[in-house]
Amino acid sequence: MSAKTDYNELEQLARRGRWLVISTVARSGAGHVGGPMSAMDVMIALYFRVMKVRPDEPRWPERDRFILSKGHSAIGLYTVMALRGYLPVEELKTFDKERSRLQGHPDMTKLPGLEASTGSLGQGLSVGLGIALGARLRGNKFQTFVMIGDGELQEGMVWEAVHVAPRYKLGNLTAILDWNCLQQFGWPLGPGEENRGDKRNPWAGVDLKGIFEKFGWRVLETDGHDFSKIISTLEEAKSFGDSDRPTMVLAHTIKGKGLRLTEGKYEWHSKIATKEELKMAAKELGIEELVA
Amino acid sequence: MKPLRDVFGDTLVQLANTNPNVLVLDADLANSTKADKFAAAHPDKFLEMGIAEQNFVGVATGLASLGFVPWLSSFTVFFTHRAVDPVRMLVAQTHANVKIGAAYAGLLTGYTGKTHQDVQDLGIMRAMPGMTVLAPADEFECEAMIRWATEYQGPVYLRLSREGGPAAFAADYRFSAGRTYQLREGKDLLMISTGPQSVRCVEAADYLAEKGISAGVLHVPSIRPVNVEEIVKSCESVPIVFTVEEHTVLGGLGGLVAEILTEHLPKRLIRFGIEDRWGESAPNAYLLDHFRLSGLRVSEQVADYLKTAKV
Repeated sequence: MSAKTDYNELEQLARRGRWLVISTVARSGAGHVGGPMSAMDVMIALYFRVMKVRPDEPRWPERDRFILSKGHSAIGLYTVMALRGYLPVEELKTFDKERSRLQGHPDMTKLPGLEASTGSLGQGLSVGLGIALGARLRGNKFQTFVMIGDGELQEGMVWEAVHVAPRYKLGNLTAILDWNCLQQFGWPLGPGEENRGDKRNPWAGVDLKGIFEKFGWRVLETDGHDFSKIISTLEEAKSFGDSDRPTMVLAHTIKGKGLRLTEGKYEWHSKIATKEELKMAAKELGIEELVA
Repeated sequence: MKPLRDVFGDTLVQLANTNPNVLVLDADLANSTKADKFAAAHPDKFLEMGIAEQNFVGVATGLASLGFVPWLSSFTVFFTHRAVDPVRMLVAQTHANVKIGAAYAGLLTGYTGKTHQDVQDLGIMRAMPGMTVLAPADEFECEAMIRWATEYQGPVYLRLSREGGPAAFAADYRFSAGRTYQLREGKDLLMISTGPQSVRCVEAADYLAEKGISAGVLHVPSIRPVNVEEIVKSCESVPIVFTVEEHTVLGGLGGLVAEILTEHLPKRLIRFGIEDRWGESAPNAYLLDHFRLSGLRVSEQVADYLKTAKV
């Protein structure tokens, strides 16, 4: 199988994942769309290429860890885990329903394979720091990945972890910033201001790369929607596992990525697609057979 | 008697000698909380996390997921107020095996004033499902609780007074979660208390005895879980019950006992503690006098109430 073919397969998985996100949220009548879409390609790359995991043995001690700190994108994570075999794809239909393992925000006490419960923003990086620190104390060799949102980065607790992680020289910790430039409501877009959507990029004009480097992190950047670049960047981050610096991956993404309907539109942070919109989405994603 | 903060440091030093999973995380207060004793004895198991309490709660959760038993050490107020969200979501909601060593609880915080006096913590922590909430009366109970909590699988909140005081128990005391302890028998009334305030209630009972009033004292070291039957049974034989706590009268021990008696044994219950107000910076003796929590002041409050009320 050539590398190109690999990416075709991943791209297909990501298209299916995006369809499952928007259609599951529509079916449940609740949930988030824009964030899961921006994070989809990175999570597909992690679970299908970068991380060593055993879906049928979710507590395998040597597994790499992933924490979705921006927990409101839960349906995106559940979808990727379902596609990877942690749970039946059919189970996605229970999302946000009574007695479901698939809670509105990830609940590690319900779904095996979740490494942390998240939802109240800003907390996941600290848990990842603890896991990475514990792995060092134990002599474990796995890598811990934590995805945080660019809106979430406004939470002070994230910066507490950003400050502490380099002090413990945790090369086995990789943070990924899903820098999709839109948050739930955000600030209005001023004339000529940098954007990848209809509101102001919350970190416009802020040298995040320089800031994280000054804190002692190694900083890598990638296009968060190009599998070739995502995988090489995350593999590079993982190769620093034994090094003395944690890695921050700035993943440049687009909120609502994959559908003209949702791309770059802040309202799609959390919105229910109509039947017509679902049909359009299915067509655009090339999965008409699932619509009937 | 030995200050409880010294008991905290010394006991953890001993535990880490035999339990390889014990870790202590500090938020830059080790020389106040006496976690510095642990830092000196076990430098490789002492993790300085800086002045960032939300983060260190999260870090402890991650460590616990790998089988460590992380003891967090900071001031009470920084757990139940500053970091209450990660305590709630990361620790309580996941039933993480994280131990919260909450030092400088209550009013007697060494001249810090209302900013650092946490008199809402019991109300906050006992509202969290799955959380164990403990308040030791003396050094022996404190050590026993630390040993128990280290073995127990699940989150524990340990409310530690900065100071030491007269003993309520002997050195062979063994802790059992939920149990209550009748420190003094009495037929005219029962005082229910927790933490070192229970010992001050025994003193109050002595003053009351001088006035011919027979007062019992029930110590409730385990705010959650609590043995409801034991509390009901202790209250059955007296006409009136007083709760006395170094905590606001809203939602803490007084709230707990009010809930139990209302449901199981309706009878007159009077709550003594910090009224609906903030504390202040002052010597301990002044604070206990001012907030009417010294043995003498408690006895006066009780006697005054009995004089004016028809019981």
